[in-house]
Amino acid sequence: MPVSKDAVGKQWSPVVYQAGREKIREFANVIGAANPVHHDREAAVAAGFRDVVAPPMFCVVYSAPAIAPGIVDPEVGINFATMVHGGQEFIWGEPVCSGDEITTTASLTDVFQKDDKGFYVFESESVNQDGQGTVRGIWTNIVRGV
Amino acid sequence: MADLKPGDPIPELKETPDKYLPHRYAGASGDFNPIHIDPEFANAVGLPGNILHGLYMMALVARANANLADGDPRALKRLSVEFRGMGIPEQEIVVSGEIKEVDGNRILTECVAKQGDKRVIRNAEAEVEL
Repeated sequence: MPVSKDAVGKQWSPVVYQAGREKIREFANVIGAANPVHHDREAAVAAGFRDVVAPPMFCVVYSAPAIAPGIVDPEVGINFATMVHGGQEFIWGEPVCSGDEITTTASLTDVFQKDDKGFYVFESESVNQDGQGTVRGIWTNIVRGV
Repeated sequence: MADLKPGDPIPELKETPDKYLPHRYAGASGDFNPIHIDPEFANAVGLPGNILHGLYMMALVARANANLADGDPRALKRLSVEFRGMGIPEQEIVVSGEIKEVDGNRILTECVAKQGDKRVIRNAEAEVEL
C-alpha cells in the first residue's frame, strides 16, 4: 500500500517549555558537555549569557514533545512498531538559557516512499519569549514495510 | 584554530557510554522508548540488547564540532546527520571528520561516528562559526 500524503501540511498545537538550570546541567552532564557555562551561573554570565546556557543539542528536550503528537496521529498513519529515526538536522539561532520560555510548533512537511520504506519528514520551529528563533529541526522518520 | 583549512582533520572525540548511560539520557531527554532502556523488550523486537539513543550519538558529534570553538555553545550553527546501524552501550564511540570548506570565520565539516568498524552516524555535516 503506498504511503499517504494527505496529512502533509498538517500542524499540531504549540508546546511551551520552561528551561531551568538543573535540567540544563543534567543534560550537559549526560552528553559530557563540560564547559562551565552549562553548569555555573557565574561562568555563564561572565561569558555574556543571562544565566546557565544550554548545549545546542538540549533543543531535543524542548522541541521533541511538539513532534510527538504527529508521530501518533492516525491521519499521518505511521506504524510506530517499525519506525526508526533515520535522519536529523538542526539549525540553531539564539542560545537557550535558564529562565527562557520556548514555544515549539511542529508540522508534517513531506511524505514519500522509496522501495518498501516510507519517509515522514517533520519540521519544528522554536522561539523564545522575545520571539527570537532558537532552533529549527528537520526530523526524518523511516517506516519499514509500507 | 586560526589556520584551519580544507582537508584538516577535526580533533577526534572518544567516549565510552557505560551500561546505564541510556537510562540517564532517557531521563535527561524525556525519551523513554523501551528499546533504549529495557534489554528484554529490545530482544523481543529483534535487537541484540538495549541500544543507544541516536540523538545521544548526535550530541557527541555536536560536541566534537563545538570543540573547534573550545565548546562555545554559540559556535554550532547547523548539524545534519543520518543514523545508521545501532549504537550499543559499553563500546567506545569515535567521532572523526575533516574540514570541507572555510569561509571567513565559518567552517563546514563532515564527520562520522563509529563503534569499531561500524558506522553509527554517517554523512554528518556541521557549520561552525569560530
